[in-house]
Amino acid sequence: MQRMACSFPDEVLEHVFSFVQCDNDRNAISTVCKSWYKIERWSRRRVFVGNCYAISPDMVIRRFPDVRSIELKGKPHFADFNLVPDGWGGYVAPWISAMAAAYPWLEEIRLKRMVITDENLELISKSFKNFKVLVLSSCEGFSTDGLAAIAANCRSYLHCRNLRELDLRESEVEDLSGHWLKHFPDDYTSLVSLNIACLGCEVSFSALERLVGRCPNLRTLRLNRAVPLDKLANLLRRAPQLVELGTGAYSSELRPDVFSNLSGAFSGCKELKSLSGFWDVVPGYLPAVYPICCRLTTLNLSYATIQSPDLIKLVGQCQNLQRLWVLDYIEDAGLDAVAASCKDLRELRVFPSDPYGPEPNVPLTEQGLVSISEGCSKLQSVLYFCRQMSNAALMTIARNRPNMTRFRLCIIEPGTPDYLTLQPLDVGFGAIVEHCKDLQRLSLSGLLTDLVFEYIGTYAKKLEMLSVAFAGESDLGLHHVLSGCEKLRKLEIRDCPFGDKALLANAAKLETMRSLWMSSCSVTFGACKLLGQKMPRLNVEVIDERGTPDSRPESCPIDKLYIYRTVAGSRFDMPGFVWTIDEDSAMRLS
Amino acid sequence: MSPENRKHLPESGSTGLNLKETELTLRMPGETRGDTEIGAKSGTKRGFSQTIDLNHDRSSDVPEHDDRCCDKLENETLAVKPPAAKAQIVGWPPVREFRKNALKSFKFVKVAVDGAPFLRKLDLEMYSSYQELLCAFDNMFSCLTIRNYLNEKKLMDTANGVEYVPTYEDKDGDWMLVGDVPWKMFVESCKRLRLMKSSEEIGLAPRTPQQSASTS
Repeated sequence: MQRMACSFPDEVLEHVFSFVQCDNDRNAISTVCKSWYKIERWSRRRVFVGNCYAISPDMVIRRFPDVRSIELKGKPHFADFNLVPDGWGGYVAPWISAMAAAYPWLEEIRLKRMVITDENLELISKSFKNFKVLVLSSCEGFSTDGLAAIAANCRSYLHCRNLRELDLRESEVEDLSGHWLKHFPDDYTSLVSLNIACLGCEVSFSALERLVGRCPNLRTLRLNRAVPLDKLANLLRRAPQLVELGTGAYSSELRPDVFSNLSGAFSGCKELKSLSGFWDVVPGYLPAVYPICCRLTTLNLSYATIQSPDLIKLVGQCQNLQRLWVLDYIEDAGLDAVAASCKDLRELRVFPSDPYGPEPNVPLTEQGLVSISEGCSKLQSVLYFCRQMSNAALMTIARNRPNMTRFRLCIIEPGTPDYLTLQPLDVGFGAIVEHCKDLQRLSLSGLLTDLVFEYIGTYAKKLEMLSVAFAGESDLGLHHVLSGCEKLRKLEIRDCPFGDKALLANAAKLETMRSLWMSSCSVTFGACKLLGQKMPRLNVEVIDERGTPDSRPESCPIDKLYIYRTVAGSRFDMPGFVWTIDEDSAMRLS
Repeated sequence: MSPENRKHLPESGSTGLNLKETELTLRMPGETRGDTEIGAKSGTKRGFSQTIDLNHDRSSDVPEHDDRCCDKLENETLAVKPPAAKAQIVGWPPVREFRKNALKSFKFVKVAVDGAPFLRKLDLEMYSSYQELLCAFDNMFSCLTIRNYLNEKKLMDTANGVEYVPTYEDKDGDWMLVGDVPWKMFVESCKRLRLMKSSEEIGLAPRTPQQSASTS
């Protein structure tokens, strides 16, 4: 067998391997024999690092010398909800420096929840001869000056550099000025995708118009709120080939000429499949998009503060809709209409219009979700904020949609029971995990005992990510999950009475997962120290802004705990409020 | 694993776990849980029921505040809820900041400073009082500091001692001194701001709208 494997020239094997793109398959190929390992590592072009602290840049570069595309993730998911203090980490700087030296042909950088500075952006703009794609998802630490550097260096005669994608999804950008857009050179025409929806400042509109006008391959354009509606038609007429559009503020005085201009412009966009934006919607302007509704597959109305009747009129025309994001203004009645019209729906997200109000402000209940589960046979992914739920509804949803793969339910008030029976919602969620055998992601809410975790541990065999808040009664709950969920990669828990026992009993499990987050639980510093000592391939980070955990009794619960597997050892950039423990049992400060 | 064999939590009230008693709240010292935070919009950025307001009796300001909010928002269900005293647990419900911001209205106005070549922009909806606005100027223009809290609204350039007075252009095109009208009225009518050098202030009288004399 070995002789046969070696009898193919390297180039042939490399060519065969080039058809295999999936990371897991590539990893498998590399374990066949030394020669395959060698060929594979030289030909790996795309690397995904799910936790930037799990490995060091040098280790990646040493193994894969010729990477063209890298994706890095930094902070844990709960950072999205302000649970991770500023300064915790996730700095991309060491990666950029190392790659600037080692990967001159790098084409794509995709970052999520990382800290990137203007200096880093400038280094990116100058270091990579063929740079094409920059995606910054939920990142922070940079300003519009950094964007100016990217724009200014997007095109290079010396090299073949031609930026194609600049996507700032939901990043936090310091708005110093809208002039950065002017830095795109006049002869730059290769833009394919531009997403600036997260920017607060007004960008130079004439520069934007000219840029859009001279880039014939532009497919995706997501504007920010500051782009007024009366300017939208001009942009659309310059880019009728757009496939994805995010409008700016969708409001203006109602004027027939503006309306007809806009309507005509939309009609001219025959390829448009995705719409988003819609801040500050004036309902009178919605009919301008009716002509294209039948082609839409994605519709994001999650900023649109319009009422159910207007939403129904709009969504009712989108028979080919696959993805709908909307506010709870849609109401149960609106979701009934969606269930009747949008038979191809795969993903639904319903966001709360009044997340902090004490009382429900709209008639949106569990019933809306039940209707969708009945009417939309292809439904796979749900994110649903509501204020009441019942076990009966959950069981109905589970039986209707066994093909569900992502189910995230947020009942707004913590600890809310089944509103019909006043029982915990254990059996309802139990039905979800029992029927939806391919469930990959689950978020729980409402009143829940240890029983729900027993169900999860028993049935959720494909579950990869679980989010838990204000649930459970004892360590048994956590133990069920850690011992039962074979495919679990990410577990995030807040405000649950889980402590040391389950954690220590399942220490080995933690090495099979990407990460575990626990905040406001009952884990003691003593247990953390023990875990850190026993498990050298885990970083056990205690995050506590109250000062050193040693100043409190060892039995006192810590504030936040973030455990992740790593081959890079303790990191060097920890701030003062993060404590970690290494093998020689000394408590290490940054 | 039948439900009958499991212990359930004792039910205390309709929500089972009564978390209300243990919730953190933001309030002024001396207030009790019974007090409500008047005029607080849901999702509001400030938890304090009183901010320092220079020219106005707070109690008379507040009902106006509410009335204006309700008038403006009568067509929307996103209404101001008078007793929004319920405290917010950090990070719950899990809604990202930019989503909360999208639900708020915003009003960007240009801010010019006499003698400076650049313009900045401010979202007036981010602030709920004149004092907060002054603080924003202080932060935005690092060379300026607030001077004289009590009866005047002025900013001073610490480098050269030049004093600036905040002025604004209203809907009618008149230039007024900032601070003369109730906050909400100001936000609604303000088109842009100018930090004018004190020396040029003559010609703008408080409380009397005048045509702009020295502005361009």
